[in-house]
Amino acid sequence: MDEKLINSEEDAILFDPILKTGRTFYYTLFILAAVILWGVWAYLYQYRNGLGVTGLARPIFWGVYITNFVFFIGISHAGTLISAILRLAKAEWRRSITRSAEVITVLVLFFGVGNILMDLGRPDRMLNIIRYSQFESPLLWDVSSITVYLTASSVYLFLPLIPDIALLRDHAGKWQWFYRILALGWKGTEKQHHLLERAIAFMAILVIPVAISVHTVVSFVFAMTIQPMWHSAIFGPYFVAGAIFSGIAGLIVAMNVIRKVYHLEDYLRPVHFNNLGTLLLVMTLLWFYFTFTEYITTYYGAEPIHMTIFWLKFTGRFAPYFWGMFLFCFVIPLPILSLKRTRTPAGTLIASISVIIGMWLERFVIVVPTLTNPRLPNDQIIYLPTWVEWSILAGCVAFFILLYMIFTKIFPIVSIWEVREGREKSMAEVQERIKTYLPGIGIE
Amino acid sequence: MHRWGMVIDLDKCTACQACVVACQAENNVAIIGPEESAKGRTIHWMELIPYIEGEYPHIKARLLPRPCMHCDHPPCTKVCPVYATYINEEGLVGQINYRCIGCRYCTTACPYTVKYFNWYPPEWPQEMKGSLNRDVSIRTKGVVEKCTFCSHRLLRARERAKAEGRDLLPDEYIPACVQACPSGAMYFGDLNDPHSVVSTLSRERRAFKLLEDLGTEPKVIYLSEGM
Repeated sequence: MDEKLINSEEDAILFDPILKTGRTFYYTLFILAAVILWGVWAYLYQYRNGLGVTGLARPIFWGVYITNFVFFIGISHAGTLISAILRLAKAEWRRSITRSAEVITVLVLFFGVGNILMDLGRPDRMLNIIRYSQFESPLLWDVSSITVYLTASSVYLFLPLIPDIALLRDHAGKWQWFYRILALGWKGTEKQHHLLERAIAFMAILVIPVAISVHTVVSFVFAMTIQPMWHSAIFGPYFVAGAIFSGIAGLIVAMNVIRKVYHLEDYLRPVHFNNLGTLLLVMTLLWFYFTFTEYITTYYGAEPIHMTIFWLKFTGRFAPYFWGMFLFCFVIPLPILSLKRTRTPAGTLIASISVIIGMWLERFVIVVPTLTNPRLPNDQIIYLPTWVEWSILAGCVAFFILLYMIFTKIFPIVSIWEVREGREKSMAEVQERIKTYLPGIGIE
Repeated sequence: MHRWGMVIDLDKCTACQACVVACQAENNVAIIGPEESAKGRTIHWMELIPYIEGEYPHIKARLLPRPCMHCDHPPCTKVCPVYATYINEEGLVGQINYRCIGCRYCTTACPYTVKYFNWYPPEWPQEMKGSLNRDVSIRTKGVVEKCTFCSHRLLRARERAKAEGRDLLPDEYIPACVQACPSGAMYFGDLNDPHSVVSTLSRERRAFKLLEDLGTEPKVIYLSEGM
């Protein structure tokens, strides 16, 4: 009934995905659902028959699932962390991108955790982790840290959603009861705004150390063992940098898609991609720096047990993975992101897809080669992931896209009130702020 | 307090693998077919590993029987999230199969790769099912297992000693591998007792431990050959 009212309003296009659902949506939904069902079937097959249906064996006890775990948790660093940093830095261009970033974090975390659970030999006993918690185990640090992170980033996603939910409650036709509950009685009074802003600022600060702790303890799962090329002090920061790196790439891909699908060219402008592209460039260089440091110290130390794995990666069996990682993480994105001419939506999209593939390979190259060469002599086992593992990975990716898609159908993917606030207040605010930086004016 | 340890004299060891077979039978270790075995899914609590040092032509090869090292500082127990692997006060590193969630963190953390995972439900040929050891629980699919120094034999021996109202005698508790060794290359006993055979041998000049520099303090001590 109120649809007309919304359409005549400003930012009407932001309500469109919620009000109208085209045929393409259902086609995509159908394809994704098919892939997910295939993945579910693969998992059920594994559940029935045991982990023998994977390519894993002794001594390569960990493979694609653990790679996925590290990879998905890494992608989650896009959202909350980037959004929190941009908010705290008062970067005005953040307004239309924060929401799409925060959603990634919350949704992708489930797949990180899910992959660990699917890797368990006895998933039916997973509650033993709570019943018999052994806090000396880095896995428990992961459990604690990720739980806090999931909670904090859900709250951090929800808080800036409240005013937008209230908008939907007041205008949109369907599901009013749903929006009414979630809006928590938001009226948009001065007091409420003040409270909300303080809460958001608080969460933004809280969420940064939590996010950093998450990927640090993920790296500790490897670094705390004494296995060659895992037992490294650099792993914490290396993993955090890699996580932010792949996270930004994930965000750029997501933004490209919603921009095209929902015609948000006016909201997600080339400048956003340019700025995120610059950020991605910084992370590309940082990633190279960490990778270089990691391998040069190993090489210079030249301990035989480390060198075996070093050469496995550089010239041996894992060379295609290693150099593939280098190509996708560095060689391809670097020139694209360095030139302003190619730092466009399309250019950053290519660089980001490359980074995402490269970062998955990076995790694989960290997990598998170390395990193939244990200290004591062992049979040479070649790990080739089976269709079960690939299907589950495909299922996870499809499920993530599906959830993201559904989110955009229920909530505005661009924060409406923040964009409006930007228009109404920030212009003056920014001018005032700049005045305080400059000598000679503004101070009485 | 006892501190159980094993000594393996490589001068006496003929690499006949009787220990491997004895262990397999004693501990209900599943039989894995040749196909799965080629993929690296075999389970051997006790295994003979080819240990090659140096490079051709100055090469030195030896075959080492390798049970669990029962380290004093085990890297595996630290990482288990559910206390499914632990070290007890007598130095035995145990494995609780019915608590294990199968995350395989201990298997990756063990520098000796002595831990094995049940990729499938364990199976035996029909004829062998009747001869399974009733003192050792059957594992399920998806859990980790490893050498326990036949700790069920210690329980048995303790019970017997208690029933007869006396202390445990030094020779009463011996793992199956040690018992089966035809050349008498393996010794087992209390490392805390300064007069026990293992304790004396462990202080011999030939004594060495695997990957000693890692600081895991293994309680399996080898006596090097050819000296």
